[in-house]
Amino acid sequence: MSTTLKEPQNTPALPREIIRGSMSARKKARGNRGGRSLLAKGEPMLWLTGGGLVVAVVMIIALLTLVIIQGAVTFWPKPVVQFTLKDNTIYMGEVTRDDTYKPEPGVLNSLPADVQADIAANEGWAHRELVRTGNFDLTNTHFHWVEDFNSQGQTLPKWATVIERNSWGRFYGMPKSFLIDGKVVADTPQAAWAEYIKYHDEVRERWHERRGLEKHDIGRESRKVDHARLEMKSALLEHGKDSAEYREAQANYDAIEAQVNVAYAKIREEINALNAENDRYQLVMETAQGQEKQLGLAEIVRAYPANQLGLGGKISLYLSRWWEFLSDEPREANSEGGVFPAIFGTVAMTLIMSVLVVPFGVLASLYLREYAKAGPMISAVRIAINNLAGVPSIVFGVFGLGFFCYVVGGTIDEVFFKASLPNPTFGTGGLLWAALTLALLTLPVVIVSTEEALAAVPGSMREGSYGCGASKWQTIRRIVLPRAMPGVMTGAILAMARGAGEVAPLMLVGAVKLAPELPIDGVYPFLHAQRSFMHLGFHVYDLGFQSQNAEAAKPMVFTTTLLLICIVAFLNLFAIWLRARLRRKFVSSQF
Amino acid sequence: MGTNPVMDKSMTTTESDLNTAATTSVTQPDDRDQLTLEQIAACDNFKSEIHDSLYQETSIINVKDFNLWYGTKQALFNINMPIAEGQVTALVGPSGCGKSTLLRSVNRINDLIDGLHIGGDMLLNGTSIYDKSVDVIELRKRMGMVFQKPNPFPMSIFENVVYSLRIDGERNKGVLEEVCERSLRGAALWDEVKDRIHESALGLSGGQQQRLCIARAIAAEPEVLLMDEPCSALDPIATGKIEDLVEELRGEYTILMVTHNMQQASRASNYTAFMYLGRLVEYGPTRDIFTNPHLRPTEDYISGRFG
Repeated sequence: MSTTLKEPQNTPALPREIIRGSMSARKKARGNRGGRSLLAKGEPMLWLTGGGLVVAVVMIIALLTLVIIQGAVTFWPKPVVQFTLKDNTIYMGEVTRDDTYKPEPGVLNSLPADVQADIAANEGWAHRELVRTGNFDLTNTHFHWVEDFNSQGQTLPKWATVIERNSWGRFYGMPKSFLIDGKVVADTPQAAWAEYIKYHDEVRERWHERRGLEKHDIGRESRKVDHARLEMKSALLEHGKDSAEYREAQANYDAIEAQVNVAYAKIREEINALNAENDRYQLVMETAQGQEKQLGLAEIVRAYPANQLGLGGKISLYLSRWWEFLSDEPREANSEGGVFPAIFGTVAMTLIMSVLVVPFGVLASLYLREYAKAGPMISAVRIAINNLAGVPSIVFGVFGLGFFCYVVGGTIDEVFFKASLPNPTFGTGGLLWAALTLALLTLPVVIVSTEEALAAVPGSMREGSYGCGASKWQTIRRIVLPRAMPGVMTGAILAMARGAGEVAPLMLVGAVKLAPELPIDGVYPFLHAQRSFMHLGFHVYDLGFQSQNAEAAKPMVFTTTLLLICIVAFLNLFAIWLRARLRRKFVSSQF
Repeated sequence: MGTNPVMDKSMTTTESDLNTAATTSVTQPDDRDQLTLEQIAACDNFKSEIHDSLYQETSIINVKDFNLWYGTKQALFNINMPIAEGQVTALVGPSGCGKSTLLRSVNRINDLIDGLHIGGDMLLNGTSIYDKSVDVIELRKRMGMVFQKPNPFPMSIFENVVYSLRIDGERNKGVLEEVCERSLRGAALWDEVKDRIHESALGLSGGQQQRLCIARAIAAEPEVLLMDEPCSALDPIATGKIEDLVEELRGEYTILMVTHNMQQASRASNYTAFMYLGRLVEYGPTRDIFTNPHLRPTEDYISGRFG
């Protein structure tokens, strides 16, 4: 409006219509300019931000889909296919994958002309399938490539049976006969299979019993001996070689050793009896190539005639494999069996880490935010903490190994576990040191998010509390901390997610390929924080890059990754649920 | 007092030294009726116009030569102000005049601010508030405080009310319940919330929340209630309830109240102090301040001619 008022002053001679005309012309020009300038409209920014989100989401979904699909199909039973090659070689097994490739010229030239022509028509590409043929003890290999141009044809033998064994990997073959005490009780595939079904469960039960004896009873006895030997050694260290104490300890050790030897012999006897009973049952298998192999029933973890399975059978097999995966120990250099110790180790380590890092981080940020006077010193500390988040995790591993394991653990060993030296107790990688190292690694996350949460507590709350005569600590404990708790939980969630997925530092401070014992068990003092442990992340690395049977381990990499993602998601969901519950308390109806 | 010169010459030497420049630069009108706001603003140790009737009251708080700086910026200039026991005293004045700062200096909640320092003293029942030996926590327990915006803690109504007892470690359920009921009754809230005192205080309406804050403030049986614009975030009905409550609490407690609302000051208080740019301009019985102020700027402000 002000412009229209001024207009006549500036151009007094112009009639009103002309002024109006020039006005609308200018307005039009401005409007058009606005239309031309994309930035003025705001649309490009919408597209830019939306596009950023889409790219991120697509990448995440692609990764998750890959892991989920690959991980989920691992345990689904595939049919067993028998290939007959042109040179009459027979391969039988499961097709694990296929690809198209360009055969090398040398190979190509040795082929018949019509095959060469076919490949040439396909622009030099040929198709092949990777068959898991197993029977490593007979053939020294687990896999064979079958090229399409090399194959005469494929059949699905009715009695092709997949056998998962305790060792040597899978066996593919046809049941031939069943032996009890060396006598043939069944000599057709059908009858042998029926006998197998009949006896396998009880044999496996005995096998588990035997393993329990080996693991727990012998373990218990050897702990007794170890304990007596350590007492003897500490008596030697404390009192000298000629002291009465040492002689007494020595006598005690001898007595215990004698007792334990008797116990050992008894356990051995039981084990031998179980083994002898199990050895009575033998399944004779015939491979596709016609070789015979006698398998003890105790060695067989699971067997199924793959080509006879209906949908129900497949589903029950699939679930049984998943159950084994989740609840059992690994076998075959981790590429088969379960990952229960790794799940246990991962969860235990993550929880111990959270228990360590949250209080520590909260205390540190309380001082930074509530007590410390702002100044260059505090700014420097804050910058240092933020920088800590950018330090490569392997550096934390090196620090953890050097400081926690060698310095702290070494000192603990010197003071409390002198008798068992030179074998380290705490002076090597273990659950506690791994949890502490990861706590250090995730500390910045907790401190930053807690500080933010503390800063977000309204000043009016604090003033109200001070106004009631509360001291600083009372205000923090009763008003500020409960208010900041959801933020603390956010920090804990981020720290847990980061810690559970971290592998590099763990390789140095305690994660191992195969841990003989769980870090928490029924033996006093129940939590063995010094023990090394298995970790899913490390397990993935081990399967993927350290396995001898890499091809067989590959699907397990995806399955283990899927499991790790699920565990992290589960821990996060739990923490998020906890946070939501805390938040509900602070929802006001009015403000 | 009205006959005293504008400048108080009976100051401590250090403060006079500090203020020499200001003292010499300010013109001192002979007739205080002619005093202008500019003159007040230019004067670092302005002598407040304090009505004689205040000196007939027993004072519970005595502010003496009180100065306050936020960093290098001075926010309060040489305030001298007796506060009458058992009465409602209102602090009025335009925004930024230091009303809240003065109020928050009484229970030393300003101590939390970095870079704040003070000169002069305040006395509570004759003992210094700012003495080094004073336990601030104990001091604050003797004064309840109600803030501009209701700030109930995120806990149950019951826990809110007994907060000051909880932090003293009181665990006897009987005592806590008795105090809770007495305080809620005192704050005229009992009948509205008695059925849900264990529910979250955040579920109350704004006016109820503010009365809950008053209940929380009187739970520790303080000597003084400090109210920092207690009704500014409330609607007229809730405001009316708070004013009625102030009326009821008068006599039992000494109430020092900051308000922006002239009508509220005239309705609810016995004494009114008018402040301007960190100086206490005029202080006297509410009726006199509103009907017959001694100074021109006070009259201008009260009648809405400025501010």
